[in-house]
Amino acid sequence: MSREGFPVVESDLLPLSLGAALLGTGGGGNPYIGMLRLRELLRKGASVRVIPLEALDDEAFVGSVGGIGAPVVGIEKIKQGDECLRALRGVEEAAGVKCSAIISAEIGGSNSIEPMLTAARAGLPVVDGDGMGRAFPEIQMSTFFIYGLDPSPGAIADDKGNVVVFKHVIDMFWLERFARRIAVEMGAGAGFATTPMPGAYVKKVAVPNTLTQVLDIGRVIIDARAKHQDVISRLIDATGAKLLFTGKVTGVRRELRGGFSVGEADIAGVDSHAGSSARIAIQNENLVLFVDGKPVAIVPDLIMNLQLESGEPITTETLRYGQQIATLGLPAHELMKTPRALEVVGPRAFGYPAIPFVPLS
Amino acid sequence: MIRIGIDVGGTNTDAVVMDGAQVLAGVKAATTGDVMSGVVAALNAVLSAAGLEPRAIDVVMIGTTHFTNAVVQRRDLAQTAAVRLGLPATASLPPMVDWPDDLKAAIGGHYYMAHGGHEFDGREISALDERELLGIADDIRAKGVHAVAISSVFSPVNTGCETRARDILQKALPDAHFTLSSDIGRIGLLERENAAIMNACLSDLAKLVVNAFRHALDAAGIEARFFLTQNDGTLMDASYAERFPVLTFASGPTNSIRGAAFLSGVSDAIVVDIGGTTSDVGALHKGFPRPATVAVEVGGVRTNFRMPDVFSFGLGGGSLVVDGAKGVTVGPRSVGYKLVTEALVFGGETLTTTDIAVAAGRIELGDPAKVADLDKDLIARTEARIADMLEAGVERSRLSPDPLPVIVVGGGSILVGDKIGGLEVRKPNHYAVANAVGAAIAQVSGEIDRVYSLASMSRADAINDATEKATAVALSAGARAGSIEVVDVEDVPLAYLPGNATRVHVKVVGELDVA
Repeated sequence: MSREGFPVVESDLLPLSLGAALLGTGGGGNPYIGMLRLRELLRKGASVRVIPLEALDDEAFVGSVGGIGAPVVGIEKIKQGDECLRALRGVEEAAGVKCSAIISAEIGGSNSIEPMLTAARAGLPVVDGDGMGRAFPEIQMSTFFIYGLDPSPGAIADDKGNVVVFKHVIDMFWLERFARRIAVEMGAGAGFATTPMPGAYVKKVAVPNTLTQVLDIGRVIIDARAKHQDVISRLIDATGAKLLFTGKVTGVRRELRGGFSVGEADIAGVDSHAGSSARIAIQNENLVLFVDGKPVAIVPDLIMNLQLESGEPITTETLRYGQQIATLGLPAHELMKTPRALEVVGPRAFGYPAIPFVPLS
Repeated sequence: MIRIGIDVGGTNTDAVVMDGAQVLAGVKAATTGDVMSGVVAALNAVLSAAGLEPRAIDVVMIGTTHFTNAVVQRRDLAQTAAVRLGLPATASLPPMVDWPDDLKAAIGGHYYMAHGGHEFDGREISALDERELLGIADDIRAKGVHAVAISSVFSPVNTGCETRARDILQKALPDAHFTLSSDIGRIGLLERENAAIMNACLSDLAKLVVNAFRHALDAAGIEARFFLTQNDGTLMDASYAERFPVLTFASGPTNSIRGAAFLSGVSDAIVVDIGGTTSDVGALHKGFPRPATVAVEVGGVRTNFRMPDVFSFGLGGGSLVVDGAKGVTVGPRSVGYKLVTEALVFGGETLTTTDIAVAAGRIELGDPAKVADLDKDLIARTEARIADMLEAGVERSRLSPDPLPVIVVGGGSILVGDKIGGLEVRKPNHYAVANAVGAAIAQVSGEIDRVYSLASMSRADAINDATEKATAVALSAGARAGSIEVVDVEDVPLAYLPGNATRVHVKVVGELDVA
């Protein structure tokens, strides 16, 4: 990609939502509402340009925004539209800087699109990259915070015009805690902005090229379907993902624990995996894949379930008995696998201290 | 009680006469362009087959595709105003934003966004503004629109804004009729609002259709009361059907599933309805079709009201069998209603699944000599392929590894042996008219789906409250007091919400009160 990047057009929206759903690794929320909102903005003449990381000036500031709240509220109290933009203005004012680009903290699921909406409203470009290269349940699980970004200031804004700025917070955990509480007061659907980051820092810690990766994945799925080709093998060829398991879901257990959806899915192997059985541990996203009792793919590496025939990404909410699925594994970016990152997003951080992280090759 | 059940489908209008649990007669008649003459023909035929006088009939239940077809074909739809309460929230996506342009144009595309609505916990988003609504009423009047759909954020939690807005608008627009989204759908603003708008645009047609059914019954000499079947397998009376035509969407597959259950006497099963071109598979749970959990599209519009979770695939009695380089393929192409002229056993040139069934000795049909020379290996491979397709369809509808019977209905049932994927297959009597039987046996239901905060009440109290509200709905829909039973209770804690916010869904059913 050239430094000028490329504009997002309406035909990008379907690939974007498919690719974002897949990199959501089972979680990340449904991008449907966000996709409609972006389509409305584009049809009304707004534009948004995707620029590569290297196009950022070292001294320029980059804002990061996303939705915060409960998924069920997201489908009922649809956003006014400027929540994230107001939160962005809140952190800009508190930090005394102006942002010249926006970046997503989480490319998987619905928070891939929220930054584009804000960028379109603000007339800013959106950066081709993000802070996870996938989806995770909490804000501090992005490379931005793993590598030491001062979390102050942060801001949260509602549909009515209220903006709450967190001027000084001692770390991300407190910011997350305060923001979640205020999000509830705001009706459990609000816009969130984290502190503006210098371009030089973003270039160093962002997972690069993930927006184009998402678009490429979505286009491969659509193209394979149109040509009646096998979506799974096309995806493997295009992304370097590894087919970890093929099978039929024989059981799904889910419960709410500490605000997260925690559970497990059992899969009985078919085709080349006939005779084997697999189990996926879930916390909003797919965390660990066990085959015949042994862990073969471990968070933060990406574990992605797709419907065997259609290649439709399957979220942990729609996973159910009887589905024929393929489970693909994709190595997480190196930035997510350093000792420092693994403290925050490795198996131990998700309650699996006995499982050492062994990266997918 | 002598009942007639009618199912008006795209190709056939099926009718049965039932005395209690017994099927006295069942007929198939062609669906006609004007629909009603086909209904009269079916009524006359089934009465004569049962040897009954019209006055012997106590009640008539009708399942119809009229309203689905009106939306799919964009005809007979009223100009409609969509009024949404929720500002400043929701401004980013106006009503009908995800509709196909032609459907939106067919109903005028009129929409208004106003203040009002609630948060998930029942607080107001903003106060309802009477002057704002009166201004909207002026505009609706000036446009000459008299069908109005009102939606409000979190109206399944609190219906107050929708009812107050309706009262205000109704005073200013005395000739208009109103659909409230909270009467139709559940949480999910766009989908619930879509269903409400579709309902409003069908309201004029609903009056015409209900009247036409009344006339058809008159023409057949039947003076009995009549009901329409809803997509959850329950009934609504004529006046309710005039108000909520959208609830008939997809009642056809529902009636098939319910009829199959009744004829076979089981309440939990997988039902496969095999027609000429496609098979529909659905799950029967406690006597009712399991509803879809994801948005269902009708005429290109996403809705979220209680549609049966039906999976269709291209296997039927007329499906083409082709032996190619990659092995044998079955369907999705089909000779359809031309089976009786194009299949090999009927002297035609096309190898169909019916020919394979005859060649395999599953059934005697047409001239077996025409398929006597078919390659034995091809027959075996085709049968294996059909078995695989059926197993995949059935597996998709199972929610647990518990063994369930599979009930097979429809004309294509001849393709099925006595097992599908290890599950026992049942083919009940009268399988060809299972859909009309499903209409005839329909009950009356009431359903509630809302979010409760368990910080201020116990889980049991929340479920009791929902059950009382659902019972009230069933009684007002015509159920007999004392016959009501709870068929479904589901409570789901909501992620990332405080105060133990829990979504409670309760469904009750009762016998129809025909007194």
